[in-house]
Amino acid sequence: MSTSDSEEDSYNERTALVASEIPSVPSYQQDPDQPQPADMEPRRRTVAPEPAAEPPSLDRSAVEREPVDLEEEEELPLKYGAKHVIMLFVPVTLCMVVVVATIKSVSFYTEKNGQQLIYTPFTEDTDTVGERLLNSVLNTIIMISVIVVMTIFLVVLYKYRCYKFIHGWLILSSLMMLFWFSFMYLGEVFKTYNLAMDYPTVAMIIWNFGVVGMICIHWKGPLQLQQAYLIAISALMALVFIKYLPEWSAWVILGAISVYDLVAVLCPKGPLRMLVETAQERNEPIFPALIYSSAMIWMVGMANPARHAEPTNQDTGSSDEEAHRSEGSALARDWVEPETQVSSGMNRSYSTEDDLDEEDRGVKLGLGDFIFYSVLVGKAAATGGDWNTTLACFVAILIGLCLTLLLLAIFKKALPALPISITFGLVFYFSTDNLVRPFMDNLAAHQFYI
Amino acid sequence: MTAAVFFGCAFIAFGPAFSLFIFTIAKDPLRVIILIAGAFFWLVSLLLSSLVWFIATKATNAQDLTLQKNLLIFGSIFSVILQEVFRFGYYRLLRKANEGLAAISEEDGPPLSVREMAYVAGLGFGIMSGAFSMINTLSDSLGPGTVGMFGDSQYYFITSALMTLALTMLHTFWGVVFFEGCERKRWWVIAVVLCVHLMVFSLSLLNPFYVGSILPVYAIMLLMAVWAFFSSGGSLHNITLLWTCRKSNAETSS
Repeated sequence: MSTSDSEEDSYNERTALVASEIPSVPSYQQDPDQPQPADMEPRRRTVAPEPAAEPPSLDRSAVEREPVDLEEEEELPLKYGAKHVIMLFVPVTLCMVVVVATIKSVSFYTEKNGQQLIYTPFTEDTDTVGERLLNSVLNTIIMISVIVVMTIFLVVLYKYRCYKFIHGWLILSSLMMLFWFSFMYLGEVFKTYNLAMDYPTVAMIIWNFGVVGMICIHWKGPLQLQQAYLIAISALMALVFIKYLPEWSAWVILGAISVYDLVAVLCPKGPLRMLVETAQERNEPIFPALIYSSAMIWMVGMANPARHAEPTNQDTGSSDEEAHRSEGSALARDWVEPETQVSSGMNRSYSTEDDLDEEDRGVKLGLGDFIFYSVLVGKAAATGGDWNTTLACFVAILIGLCLTLLLLAIFKKALPALPISITFGLVFYFSTDNLVRPFMDNLAAHQFYI
Repeated sequence: MTAAVFFGCAFIAFGPAFSLFIFTIAKDPLRVIILIAGAFFWLVSLLLSSLVWFIATKATNAQDLTLQKNLLIFGSIFSVILQEVFRFGYYRLLRKANEGLAAISEEDGPPLSVREMAYVAGLGFGIMSGAFSMINTLSDSLGPGTVGMFGDSQYYFITSALMTLALTMLHTFWGVVFFEGCERKRWWVIAVVLCVHLMVFSLSLLNPFYVGSILPVYAIMLLMAVWAFFSSGGSLHNITLLWTCRKSNAETSS
């Protein structure tokens, strides 16, 4: 089966761990030339003390608040850090649970019938170990090059403001995910449990699922429903990868993508970094559509939509809330950013009625991170059937995520979310599978308890 | 029948730990993070000790069964020692982190007391230890099969579940006592915890003579529970208050 291009694109777009704090990234860099970061700071602390703040007076209040800001700036992220970590642990855990449950019960996703993605053309059915290794490295090179090209293409599109194109691309890819892949998944689940089902019912189910998904993701919808859909499509995508990526290629790809992520986000000329900077200059949120956001306040879609509904120019992007904006199109790779929310401008004016303090600042994680974490854990579950390995990878990934968020709280800029977690995950997978498994099996056989 | 065994053993082994998690830890994000980090530390200690064991087995004759069994015992003892070392390491890390958090926090004092951290860390170790011992056994208990066909005991599943429960609780109590001992600079506490852990392991060597292993382990668990209770600030006074349902201002629960 050769997957279409849009799958690759959607995969590309999703591998972005986006920090939500796009425009205000360097929060405490005292940069007098850049009003924007200063803008954002007061927003962060705003909360209760600033009920009367009005959007137009951003600059003025920003300047006043700057000196006071600095010490508190440091505390707040750390104080709320634990909460944000948990806000990400839960969806990542859910995604992994869905993937592992599916892998363990539906055998379709672990059957290898020789079909591979067009991006991994070299087969791993070779005679010698050396050839196999070579083939997997070649597969990885091809896959990573495709990703790089797509990413650069998207950055170029974004730079030249081809929003409609990106928008259309995104819609196409989420259409495919929500309709086609979920149809396949449903079919396989029915086959596994031997449930008879008729086409009209399936059509009804898939139609409803898909349309509500499209609405939630690209337009407006309850936050939790939107989060649920994002988790669902990440899980579906991860399952596709687990099925169609050959064994060794999958591991090498995971490693290579973490390195790429590191480079793309941190190097000055990296595509993702350029994306962040461009978005900052334009004061827009980056690609909200394919980014999981843990923010809890949605201005539009809340109780008084009429009041909040006038988007001013600066709020256009943010007012629809991250989730709904599809212009953004998940370009990128994976980063984590603290959530500044360009919408904070709007939020400030409504801070009297909402206690926006904690809710205001969530964290965003790109869907690509969900996908790759789940691929790692899913592959650990698929090969061998040993639950210890799966559990070890799960804990390793969570700890990696925790460390990444800690670094995020310290450095306050877009960070790649894949490297640390995937490294821990890979180390723990191979060591648990080869070292711990025989040890624990022996202990369990004798019933020794350490 | 297999589903019944699966659910029964799962609830026996993980029920108390799960309820402790739901009622005392799940609401506070910082505690959840410390729990998972504790699990991670236990995992790392297990990894290192199994590396040592693996090297030892590969370096020796695989056919010699008594030698392999002795190597397993040696590996396990090394693992127990390493677990306690990592527990100490985790204590140091938590102390540092706590001091850091306290310095920048708006409130007076650190966000988590050492006792809370001790409990959570101990539970983290316990949950991970229990999970690694029991999960594979549990998943096998679902499948088709019969236990005890080659002269092995039929009570394999239930005794595994009971031992896992005991170990989980023991790790929690050891965590509390250990951290308290480190706080008060009573280094003999560390030695005692290590010895008790080794003793519990040695008792498990008596399996499948379950009377000799499970009963003493549970007795030790009760003793450790009492020690942990008194070590974390409990007293007979608190218990009487609890029984007479009177609340006092000074009552603190760990």
